[in-house]
Amino acid sequence: MKAIAWHGKHDVRVDTVDDPGIVNPRDCIIKVTSTAICGSDLHLYDGYIPTMQSGDILGHEFMGEVVEVGAKSTLKKGQRVVVPFTISCGSCYHCTKQQFSACDNGLPADNQDIAQELYGQPMAGLFGYSHMTGGYAGGQAEYVRVPFSDVGPIVIPDGVEDDKVLFLSDILPTGWMAAENADIEPGDTVAVWGCGPVGLFAIQSAFLMGAERVIAIDHFPNRLKLAAKFGAETINFEESAVYEALMVMTGGIGPDAVIDSVGLEAHGFFVDNVLDQIKVSTFTGTDRAHANRQAIIACRKGGRVSMPAVYGGFVDKWPLGAFMEKGLTLKTGQTHVQRYLPALLTAILEEKIDTTFLISHRMPLEKGPEGYKMFHDQQNDVTKIVLKPGMM
Amino acid sequence: MADDAPLAAAKHDKPTALAARAVTINQPVAEVYSRFRDFAAWPAFMENVVRIDVHDERRSHWVVKAPGGSNVEWDARITEEVPGKLLAWESEPGAEIPNRGHVEFRDAGARGTVIVATIDYDPPAGVIGKVIAKMFQREPAIQARRDLRRFKQLLETGEIATPAMNAKQFEEMGL
Repeated sequence: MKAIAWHGKHDVRVDTVDDPGIVNPRDCIIKVTSTAICGSDLHLYDGYIPTMQSGDILGHEFMGEVVEVGAKSTLKKGQRVVVPFTISCGSCYHCTKQQFSACDNGLPADNQDIAQELYGQPMAGLFGYSHMTGGYAGGQAEYVRVPFSDVGPIVIPDGVEDDKVLFLSDILPTGWMAAENADIEPGDTVAVWGCGPVGLFAIQSAFLMGAERVIAIDHFPNRLKLAAKFGAETINFEESAVYEALMVMTGGIGPDAVIDSVGLEAHGFFVDNVLDQIKVSTFTGTDRAHANRQAIIACRKGGRVSMPAVYGGFVDKWPLGAFMEKGLTLKTGQTHVQRYLPALLTAILEEKIDTTFLISHRMPLEKGPEGYKMFHDQQNDVTKIVLKPGMM
Repeated sequence: MADDAPLAAAKHDKPTALAARAVTINQPVAEVYSRFRDFAAWPAFMENVVRIDVHDERRSHWVVKAPGGSNVEWDARITEEVPGKLLAWESEPGAEIPNRGHVEFRDAGARGTVIVATIDYDPPAGVIGKVIAKMFQREPAIQARRDLRRFKQLLETGEIATPAMNAKQFEEMGL
């Protein structure tokens, strides 16, 4: 089959590789019909993620048709499914508490060592995102092996087009959980840093959860325009001072809840830096947590901080004092995708949430390398690229 | 002053190769114990155990992969067994890598069963042997942690997680 494979910094290729097959009883194989390039894939593209190996198949946002099932899969051939980016078993302590991204068993035993060293305990597995997250082949391919297919994928009713449901795989539930973690109360003002896909979905979700006002912060005009389309007020941090603007816009109080959805672009899993830091304690990306610091300083007293943004290691000069003195609450974590799928699918079918606005480009799988370059070089215009295997 | 931490976590006066690993398995203690007691099934989750021949209730013969591609073999005997609570073993005199250890099982209520495995062994060629062994990842302390994770996966999910894309890759990778 054909697949988009990583070969080094700014070097992704269309490789021809062996087809996947059933390995474990709960597996299924899907024929991919749509697969997106995520902002976090750009970190792989930029070569920031350690434990990548030449030939690794990329992609963690994908959906398709079931073509093969293991003995214990509950899916049937021919069903269309969206696959969560997190690989979770459904039966460990954390999964039974709906904390799917904290699954004990999604990561192969040998791959758990790195995460255990860094974080104290290993996390769930992820598709197509380095060997630290399991070394699983990703979804930017014609076919994918999906472990735990009896608890992960959600079946999509016939007649609902891919573009409407594809983002159930990651960014829609991530934006939703970001808003949920902000514990929004009716009448709240919520400020969202970063209007990438997660931020834009967080804005929509915040309004659905009862926020009266959402203030969106970014510097790409096109992304701010999308935020405004969903009813958010905007601050372009290249044009305006964010803290000053927020304080005036909120009557000197500060936003009731703040959402940092910048990290994926600005931070990522900088594990190489982390390891350097452990070794020599000399280097930290002091500007990487800028949005997060700004959010904490702006947040009102007793307010809530939600952090869907991905951070991999340590940050310097984090305003712990402001955090404590103001009595803030922080909620964060990789998305428990499986927890949100049924409700979000319903919201899509009832047209309460629109996801298709995000897609700026659709192209055949074979154009994947071109897609990576475009996404990397033109972030204002390219909001989301969806690759369609079989598209001419 | 002595505290309540396990001996294997001691900062001072710790035997060189004592390793303790704990894992909690979301299954009742009776199930966990009986699956663990089935030595012949260990190669399914223990990467380096090639084979265990069970001779009788107490005695078994172990064939285990060692650093550098060779195998080590020894006879072991169970020195203590309290079903559902404790299993202790020791290698018979003359073993190449003399080893002993015990595994405790504790009912953890709604969370299932806690297993604590403590392994004490004499590494080949002392400290240097341990460093070399670590490089080859055949060092028992690392191995015990991974093996317990696989045992947990097998009991909780019915299978062992693998990134292999297909049966051919699985053959190449092993557990």
